[in-house]
Amino acid sequence: MTQKLVVIGAGMASGRVLEHLFEANADYYVTLFNAEARGNYNRIMLSPVLSGEKTYDDIVTHNAEWYTTQGVTCHFGTPITSIDRAAKTVTSTEGTVPYDKLLIATGSAPFIIPVPGKDLDGVVTYRDLDDTNAMIDAAKSGGKAVVIGGGLLGLEAAAGLAERGMDVTVLHLMGHLMERQLDEAAGFLLRRDLEKRGITVKCQASTTAILGTTRVEAVLLDDGETLDADLVVMAVGIRPETRLATDAGLSVARGVEVNAQMETSDPDIIAIGECVEFDGQLFGLVAPLYDQAKVVAKTLMGVPDVFTPKELSTKLKVTGCDLFSAGDFAEAEGREDIVFRDPARGVYRRLVLEDNIVVGAVMYGDTADSNWFFGLIRDKTDISDMRETLIYGPAFQGGAPSDPLSAVAALPRDVEICGCNGICKGQIEDAVHAGATDLGAVRAVTKASGSCGTCTGLVEQVLAVTLGDEFIAPAAASICGCTDMTHEDVRRMIKSRELKSMPAVWQECGWKTSCGCHICRPALNFYLLADWPMEYTDDPQSRFINERKHANIQKDGTFSVVPRMWGGITTPDELRAIADAADKFAVPTVKVTGGQRIDLLGVKGEDLPAIWEDLNNAGMVSGHAYSKGLRTVKTCVGTDHCRFGTQDSTGLGIKLEKTLWGSWTPHKLKLGVSGCPRNCAEATCKDIGIVCVDSGYQISIGGAAGMDVRETEPLCQVKTEAEVIDVVKAVTQLYRENAKYLDRIYKWVAKVGLDWVKESVADLDKRTALKARFEHSQTVYRKDPWAQHVAKSETYRPLADLTLEAAE
Amino acid sequence: MSAQSDNWIDIAALDAVPQRGARLIKTAHGCVAVFRTGIDEVYALDNACPHKNGPLADGIVHGKAVTCPLHNWVISLETGAAQGADTGQVATYPAKVVDGRIQIDASLLTHRGVA
Ligand SMILES: Cc1cc2nc3c(=O)[nH]c(=O)nc-3n(C[C@H](O)[C@H](O)[C@H](O)COP(=O)(O)OP(=O)(O)OC[C@H]3O[C@@H](n4cnc5c(N)ncnc54)[C@H](O)[C@@H]3O)c2cc1C
Repeated sequence: MTQKLVVIGAGMASGRVLEHLFEANADYYVTLFNAEARGNYNRIMLSPVLSGEKTYDDIVTHNAEWYTTQGVTCHFGTPITSIDRAAKTVTSTEGTVPYDKLLIATGSAPFIIPVPGKDLDGVVTYRDLDDTNAMIDAAKSGGKAVVIGGGLLGLEAAAGLAERGMDVTVLHLMGHLMERQLDEAAGFLLRRDLEKRGITVKCQASTTAILGTTRVEAVLLDDGETLDADLVVMAVGIRPETRLATDAGLSVARGVEVNAQMETSDPDIIAIGECVEFDGQLFGLVAPLYDQAKVVAKTLMGVPDVFTPKELSTKLKVTGCDLFSAGDFAEAEGREDIVFRDPARGVYRRLVLEDNIVVGAVMYGDTADSNWFFGLIRDKTDISDMRETLIYGPAFQGGAPSDPLSAVAALPRDVEICGCNGICKGQIEDAVHAGATDLGAVRAVTKASGSCGTCTGLVEQVLAVTLGDEFIAPAAASICGCTDMTHEDVRRMIKSRELKSMPAVWQECGWKTSCGCHICRPALNFYLLADWPMEYTDDPQSRFINERKHANIQKDGTFSVVPRMWGGITTPDELRAIADAADKFAVPTVKVTGGQRIDLLGVKGEDLPAIWEDLNNAGMVSGHAYSKGLRTVKTCVGTDHCRFGTQDSTGLGIKLEKTLWGSWTPHKLKLGVSGCPRNCAEATCKDIGIVCVDSGYQISIGGAAGMDVRETEPLCQVKTEAEVIDVVKAVTQLYRENAKYLDRIYKWVAKVGLDWVKESVADLDKRTALKARFEHSQTVYRKDPWAQHVAKSETYRPLADLTLEAAE
Repeated sequence: MSAQSDNWIDIAALDAVPQRGARLIKTAHGCVAVFRTGIDEVYALDNACPHKNGPLADGIVHGKAVTCPLHNWVISLETGAAQGADTGQVATYPAKVVDGRIQIDASLLTHRGVA
């Protein structure tokens, strides 16, 4: 006798089941319910519909005629509201229908973030045709769209809306796009390609509210920024649609639990698709659903079969963004990476190996070989024999190493190589073609690298690329083993290519490791924050411990704590607070430093936030005694007390320290201000020294009193305090923007020449611009790190204390 | 990978340790550093460099290695062995992430690390 099969949900999974059943002429009478007012269509093709490449008719899988031919009774636009397992019936608004076998295929529901304003008009999700049509309608009047969620769905929605002429911003909570499928490097390339098509991407953006009275007007972020919006698309994830199953008392975890035959805890009820959970796993892509569909059809026909989840791969359906991700990047011991980057073509590939088997792959830019790699993953092929050339793909034999010049070769002609003289790559190429075949000649013809000289390496590389084998570049030391580029090359690339994140630098400069090392990361972190103070976020994990913990690590692993004493001036109250803190935290050593302040040595790491809090409460801030940044401004007592003083050196020192503190510099920065040429503040062996004279202030730079001892060289003489402050800010900024990381000012001046520094600060326009950039950066960095760290003091405590836990 | 045991201790959420960073666990025998790499692997090692006992948790994490903050020895997080020209060994303990939580093998309580 023909059995009654009732199907809840006419989606991609159940559609496949029906096809298998009818192909096998299974003896079922099928009744199909769908909440959507239509039958089965190819949901994954909604994105081409949104972007206008396809119409709904193009993506219908089963039309009315198909259902009629197969004898399916359809109830579309009719959600099932309950299942009665005892009576074996389902109920909808249209009545109750009996079943012998029931198939639950309800898919998932978009996750809605519970923020105020989520129900406003103009807030949509991206799941079905109605959502897609709502977006297409909204795009007709143009305006701004904000897409919340930078995963697969969010980005496809964003690309489609941009295609339809909207001004689109994507907000993503995590640090890079599609973080579940991509690593940072691929995420960076994806972001760059999306930005090229006019989409704004904001990562680490957390939505606090959607604003508007009747319909959406703006989105409010947790950092206070508001973004105007005429349309908001929420694409932050999906949740298995399990409500019916839960109400019916079936076993439900995150999804409806099924066995390998796809049976739920009630053997007459079968489930399939995104609503199920199998072996702790959920499913969000169609490939496994199609495997499930085969098993469901067999189970319904009483033929034994088992469902086994396979490796999955992801692609993004946005034209021009070629990406591929497959397998597993998760934690495990014994895994290795192979990374290949070709900046010229914007290509990135990373393979994750375990025991000579590829377990994961991420590719961007060129995914032609992705199926081959996916095959290796799926088949668990032993790759030991081809390991050396594996990353180059199936066609590759022989293994040419990647070309260190490819990054420079890839630069377009209009990229500026020499910032001082505004010389672009094309001008250098032209000069070379016109006969300038060595560095000196290029310099003479174009002036490129003729001023500060930091772009010399890049100019040479342009020469090398243009001349080919005829050019032999002098070997310059690269930053570290992760790259062939020098510090100067990388700084120039960061500026001219507008690289604003570490993965961007790694990719564009052809880094050979996945995430740098302890040598390059601190340098890159400094370069990025110095050049892009607003766009780049400081990365504590790329700093040496002293700067990460804002205290100086000592040889026994304890720390020293030095509060700032502006210009070396303190008060009885401050001294009392320091003494109290020293008592309270049993500080073993209290020392007066050469920088005119007090050092508390031997503080335990976990006590740091507490001692800082006490010092903060007494009005003191971090002295940055540990940083590559402004340390101290040493002063003498000047006209206040000294009979020889010519100016208020103490007052000027305090002003300088108060404006410069918190700034990061390539190496430490120490200043001195002496009130007269007797120079009691020893200003002429500081990085920047000011000596007051009757007629004004002599400013000199490049002193040192460490392994090298050097006297400063005169920079200029000015008449007023205000001018001193301007010149000091300008020269500090020039140093920040141009020097190699870990070069003190004297080393940097020796490379770029004092004359160039003098010219740069003497030119009033340049001075003003440098000063403005310094102040801009200080709006971000002139903050007390101690106060900021007190607020997250739990990170200084142990993660767990197991000292009382019994062994075994 | 020998010494697998079923005796896992739940320590904390993965997110309590920054990417490319570390936090400490106190045990009766000294501190164990829990590292999290850039791709969310976790490793547990004694918090003492074989060179001069430098606090490894305070080092810079790169790839599957950490550089000691005192004298720049590079220690493999997987094996605990000093890399390059340096020789030395740090005890390691099995660690894993389950549902976003870090778990550590209880063997660290008896302080006999598996290398
Ligand atoms: C825009 C978009 C792009 C995608 N791109 C890809 C891609 O490139 N590759 C890929 O592999 N996957 C992609 N997916 C995911 C893929 O579409 C899903 O994995 C797949 O559709 C899930 O199939 P399903 O049958 O489980 O659920 P669905 O296809 O969602 O079908 C479930 C149906 O059940 C109905 N329903 C729910 N509750 C009830 C009820 N109580 N009564 C009656 N009917 C009910 C729903 O209305 C729906 O029609 C994409 C998804 C979207 C939205």
